[in-house]
Amino acid sequence: MIWDSEFALSILPDLLQGLWVTVQITLAGTVIAMILGLVVAVIRFSRLPVVSQLFNFYVQFVRGTPLLIQAYCAFFILPNYGLSFSPMATGIVVIGINYSAYTAEVYRSGIHDVPPGQWEAAKALNLPIGATWTRIILPQAVRSVIPLLGNYLIQMFKDSAVLSAITVFELLAHAQAIGSNNFRYLEPLTIAGLLFLLVSYPASQMVRRLERRLAPAH
Amino acid sequence: MSDVITYAPLLLQGLLITVLVTVLGAILTVVTAFTAGLARLSQHWWLRWPAGVFVEVFRGTSLLVQMFWFFFALPFFGFQLAPLTAAVLALGFNEGAYGAEIVRGTISSRAAGQSEACVALGMGRALRMRRVLIPQSIPAMLPPFCNVMVDLLKNTSLVSLVTVADLTFRGQMVRSTTGQTTAVFLTILVLYFVLSSLISLLMKWLERRFALDRRPKSRRDQPGPLVKAGMPV
Amino acid sequence: MPPHIDTESAPVPESTPAAAREVMISFDDVSKRWGDNEVLRSLNFDVKSGEKVSIIGPSGSGKTTILRILMTLETPDTGLVTVNGETLWDVKPGSRPKETKQMRATRRHVGMVFQQFNLFPHMTALENVLEAPTRVLKLDKEEARQRSVELLEMVGLSKHLDHKPPKLSGGQQQRVAIARALAMRPKVLLFDEPTSALDPELIGEVLNVIRELAVSTDMTMLMVTHEMRFAEEISDRVVMFDHGSVVEQGPPGEIFKAPKEDRTKSFLHAVLSH
Repeated sequence: MIWDSEFALSILPDLLQGLWVTVQITLAGTVIAMILGLVVAVIRFSRLPVVSQLFNFYVQFVRGTPLLIQAYCAFFILPNYGLSFSPMATGIVVIGINYSAYTAEVYRSGIHDVPPGQWEAAKALNLPIGATWTRIILPQAVRSVIPLLGNYLIQMFKDSAVLSAITVFELLAHAQAIGSNNFRYLEPLTIAGLLFLLVSYPASQMVRRLERRLAPAH
Repeated sequence: MSDVITYAPLLLQGLLITVLVTVLGAILTVVTAFTAGLARLSQHWWLRWPAGVFVEVFRGTSLLVQMFWFFFALPFFGFQLAPLTAAVLALGFNEGAYGAEIVRGTISSRAAGQSEACVALGMGRALRMRRVLIPQSIPAMLPPFCNVMVDLLKNTSLVSLVTVADLTFRGQMVRSTTGQTTAVFLTILVLYFVLSSLISLLMKWLERRFALDRRPKSRRDQPGPLVKAGMPV
Repeated sequence: MPPHIDTESAPVPESTPAAAREVMISFDDVSKRWGDNEVLRSLNFDVKSGEKVSIIGPSGSGKTTILRILMTLETPDTGLVTVNGETLWDVKPGSRPKETKQMRATRRHVGMVFQQFNLFPHMTALENVLEAPTRVLKLDKEEARQRSVELLEMVGLSKHLDHKPPKLSGGQQQRVAIARALAMRPKVLLFDEPTSALDPELIGEVLNVIRELAVSTDMTMLMVTHEMRFAEEISDRVVMFDHGSVVEQGPPGEIFKAPKEDRTKSFLHAVLSH
């Protein structure tokens, strides 16, 4: 028998702990990505001379480089300049920044799809620019892109495994540790994979349902 | 910085491996994408179901887990894969699963209208697929495939974790021997950025070549930069 | 419909003839072009306080641009525009004017009703009306609410306070939009083809509201419209506009019954024979 069920069962609690860490990283990273992405999108849309260009490059650069290298940069370079954070904190910030470049694009499409008449009506009512964004434009823009944001949340959940490379002790790192301690990789890695699937598959079905529900509102 | 120049040949070797992995991975991605994508469109359940499971499993789990599984777990079944093989298989199957959804989505969205015309012409299903639907769908597939390819390139950095001596792996080596952390990693970061920009340019060029019509398309028709590879299409 | 309409302006002082009142809107040598198309050619045009003016003319003749410049939705290429004696635009040729504090302050006198209503779809009718008074005028919440409810009652929508725009008919949406504009107590209210996007059977309800405003308030009203009969009925003055300039203007009876210019005649002939 290749598969050892007894061993599999014995490591399950340990792996579930890892899953919980992965979920925590995802949620915290999502908060960063959603907020930072929104800020980046609004600044890019505002066409401020140099700043908007700078943020355009930010989005391109972050999207054009691997998450792993970004994580290495934060993990290995920052301490040289006296900035030391826990691997977990570093990992969350890195993955949050990484995904902000994607969410910024998502928000941008949402903002773009708000009809120009909405801007004009806000101006005709003399609403200040801040209130125009927060009260009129963003509520409409964000609503239409919620499913897309949901997909990125799921993607981030899976991508967070990369952070095991900077010693964040999440699901995959737990599986690896169990594997090397027991010289059995089959069970921990398979279970880790199944746990990822167990969360991400139903989650993406939910996003699909949400997409259908929000769609006719347009 | 001078250390980085001294070790430039080493980094260059790594860069070549990265390019090699990307090219091999891209070939496997395209083959997987069309095989699984078309199988999901098949009339036969015994083709549709396995393809569906394949796609959902590879999209639903982490690429890195898959790579480790091919590298560490597969030997328990008696297959010992070379690191490069395990890495390319995981990359190709993972990105291919995302590509399969692009293939399936693009073709099925075109199938409805075109099929009637083909039925009227008396074309069979296979012929219709081969001669009409697939060629017609390719221009629409290119922008999302561009994202898949850029993603593939970035994900090749993960092969360093299963001991393939790519750019990332060499970078780590140079870093630990020289201690020039900042210089090494920033160099690598820029190199990846250049590579991914090149892929984008290449795909844009392909898009122009394959464009069936040159009418300006509405923004909505181009999911291009909006969709990270791997998003359901 | 309740008998009075509560806007900041006093009721029409019947004794004052229009000619003796102050200038509310003034266009002084204003030009605007889109590429080769001259939308406004050195326009000189005044509207007196409390005057109701309708602008008619073929589509694409620049009528809407006049309103959009007054609402600062578009920038003139050159010229001076004042509202209530305050500068809104003072553009020298070749300069690229920016939004200034002065402009924002002057813009406060102006409200606008759009062809496409442009209600905020994620807010209820009441919230649409309430938004600007609370955010911009910083009115007391309860007072603002009270007034918004009254305005919606006035336009006949007291049953629809909590409905969102997608649930309302076009005519209802446009009436909410009118209430929303009134809530800012503008001195000048602009109507940009307010019934053009409506189904024919819904036009009447919107015109009724506008008519009510015209007869019972001293607001200055400037309207671009294709509803000739309505323009004739409510306007103090009708302006025939074509190719970026005023072809002729005068009291509605004169323009509609005895137009002087050939272009006016042929335009009226074309619209009225429809």
